[in-house]
Amino acid sequence: MTKNIMIVGVGGQGTLLTSRILGGITLEAGYDVKLSEVHGMAQRGGSVVTFVRYGENVAEPIVEEGQADVLIAFEMLEALRYAHFLKNDGVLIANEQQIEPITVVTGAAKYPENIIEGLEKEYTLYKVNAMEEAKKLGNSKVFNIIVLGMAAKHMDFSKEAWLKVIEKTVPPKTVEINQKAFLKGYES
Amino acid sequence: MEKKIMLGNEAIARGAYEAGVKVSAAYPGTPSTEISENIALYDEIYAEWSPNEKVAAEVAIGASISGVRSMASMKHVGVNVASDPLYTVSYCGVNGGLVLVAADDPGLYSSQNEQDTRCVARAALVPVLEPSDSQEAKDFVKFAYDLSEKYDTPVIVRTTTRLAHSQGTVTLEERVEVEDKPYKRDPGKYVMMPGNAIGRHIYVEKRMKDLADDGSGFPINRAEYNDTSIGFITSGIPYQYVKEACPNASVLKLGMVHPLPRKLIEEFASKVEKLYIFEELEPVIEEQVRSWGIEAIGKEIFTVQGEYSANMIREKILHEQVELKAPAQVPARPPILCPGCPHRSVYSVLSRLKIHAAGDIGCYTLGAVPPLNVIDTTVCMGASISTLHGMEKAKGKEYIRNWVAVIGDSTFMHTGVNSLMNMAYNQATGTVIILDNSTTGMTGHQDHAATGKTLKGEIVPAINIYHLCKAMGIEHVVEVDAFDTQKLEQVVKEEVARDAVSVIITKSPCVLLKENVFPYKCKPVTDACKKCGMCLKPGCPALTMADNGTIVIDDTMCNGCGLCMQICKFGAIERVEA
Repeated sequence: MTKNIMIVGVGGQGTLLTSRILGGITLEAGYDVKLSEVHGMAQRGGSVVTFVRYGENVAEPIVEEGQADVLIAFEMLEALRYAHFLKNDGVLIANEQQIEPITVVTGAAKYPENIIEGLEKEYTLYKVNAMEEAKKLGNSKVFNIIVLGMAAKHMDFSKEAWLKVIEKTVPPKTVEINQKAFLKGYES
Repeated sequence: MEKKIMLGNEAIARGAYEAGVKVSAAYPGTPSTEISENIALYDEIYAEWSPNEKVAAEVAIGASISGVRSMASMKHVGVNVASDPLYTVSYCGVNGGLVLVAADDPGLYSSQNEQDTRCVARAALVPVLEPSDSQEAKDFVKFAYDLSEKYDTPVIVRTTTRLAHSQGTVTLEERVEVEDKPYKRDPGKYVMMPGNAIGRHIYVEKRMKDLADDGSGFPINRAEYNDTSIGFITSGIPYQYVKEACPNASVLKLGMVHPLPRKLIEEFASKVEKLYIFEELEPVIEEQVRSWGIEAIGKEIFTVQGEYSANMIREKILHEQVELKAPAQVPARPPILCPGCPHRSVYSVLSRLKIHAAGDIGCYTLGAVPPLNVIDTTVCMGASISTLHGMEKAKGKEYIRNWVAVIGDSTFMHTGVNSLMNMAYNQATGTVIILDNSTTGMTGHQDHAATGKTLKGEIVPAINIYHLCKAMGIEHVVEVDAFDTQKLEQVVKEEVARDAVSVIITKSPCVLLKENVFPYKCKPVTDACKKCGMCLKPGCPALTMADNGTIVIDDTMCNGCGLCMQICKFGAIERVEA
């Protein structure tokens, strides 16, 4: 059975690093894996989405609507934008951060209110103020790894395997803080 | 053998390495850029950023004629720039294998059009291979070199964004060092003047016929027979959607999409009851197959626009009710200039002066959207300068007194320089602003001839843009700090009013270049804030307005450029050391 993961957020929030870690762990575990990313213009503060699919034999590299098992959202508006990609029994892991898109800043649109309440009604939602938690750990940049740690509970790999692949993927100087961040999410 | 997860582009680079390629040339362009960046990591391959795709293709052609395997890679619109050499090297053929990688962009993730490289290849009489995943990307590149040398032809490997930027598992193999082909003077083959080209055209037509005949036996063209009530002819990434939606259907997977293996296609068509042709973009396969009298369903149910999906097949062919939740209605989040981007500073000045800009291709194309709204036109690389010139010649010089052309440093070196020569030569009076951020920004910071660093990381003398413009005989060339808005405003006023061609070079490195982060943060001085909202006008994403109307600056986003501080007349924003 193929497992479908999506990572969504705002360009620059580190979706590519998170997907590299995910890709690494699936390969270590001996799965076939495909990832699909957005490079180029959208990386400049636009809405970005990464698909990760792993299983015995993976054909298409994208996750289609209604088929995601786990949706990892680094930003609330993006959680809302992509929530309908989830399966009925899918899980949404959301960072509570809100980043206003330029359409909201210029007054052309309004940032939706009560996103969490709305999503909770329809989906299984786990939320975290990852930015706050990351600051407590001493580095706000690792917020995405905290969110990944929470999502990892809904995948098929051991804690040790995650810690090992993080060590192999992130810059050597940041291994410790990233592993701490992962555990913060994983053990929450 | 070692297995690795690789981007499609990384796998193409690996394929070039394993195939014994020795020379690679390219101009960066999404979604092709990572090919060269990965090739550059192999010490065995000379790799360069060329100023544009025409030059890159010609470098690869020269390398091929001299007897080594070579590659040029580019995005689909880059093929247009390289089409002049491409159409003729098709006649020349090769000595060492020659592969051109062209990356199409169905769905327009990062491009100005949605053209289909297969159409160009048909016109240029060049074979095209199309892989479906990272493993094939590597394998097909290697096969392309064998084809190139066997059939004396350049070969295009066509990818799409989805393949280029997807990762999949790849089995690595060793590099095979290919012995250089001996060079032999052969003007009949390499000097394309009419008398020689007439003969080569006859050869090319025969070559394409041979390839079409032999293609039925190529292992990359593969019939997978299952349930024969439905058959698909497909290639590339769409093949994966077919396998996802109809794992039991019969599929003719084409690895070579031009020329088409007619015998194989006719045989497949005769064995399946209902034949679908599933190809993104133009009906290239479909029209040829139908012209042979074969019944097939294609573009009457599948669009010529955007990317395909497995759900599309489920809906249109299987008539499955795909029950989907409606997407939430949410505000769009288009890409924007980064906090601290020097382009924003220049645009804030142009916007204040109510100046229109003929735009170009780069991050700075974002000057076309709210709240900046400065750019009125964007066509292709280098077009800003020439379109401004065309406007002046059409409507007279008074008409362009509130116009400028804006172009990035890399785009200027690509093709803008030709257009500026034209302005100098044909006595224009327009003003060109070169937004010099010392890099190719949008594609992720590649060097070019004016940055002083090569793709391989060597430090070399940089071409000086100021002196280049002066050498064209342009008298008025001014360099200004992009963040000195007062001086810039004054210079722009002077130069647009001037009755002569002029160039303003606004200088400040891309804020994402590591060495350039301003050592500051901007902070609101809330007591002094008059709630006028002027600082919000340039659209910096770090600034928002609180419910009470005062300004909030997001500390994690602010890059400390100080543009907002310059704009605030009330001293309500200060800059502190970060």
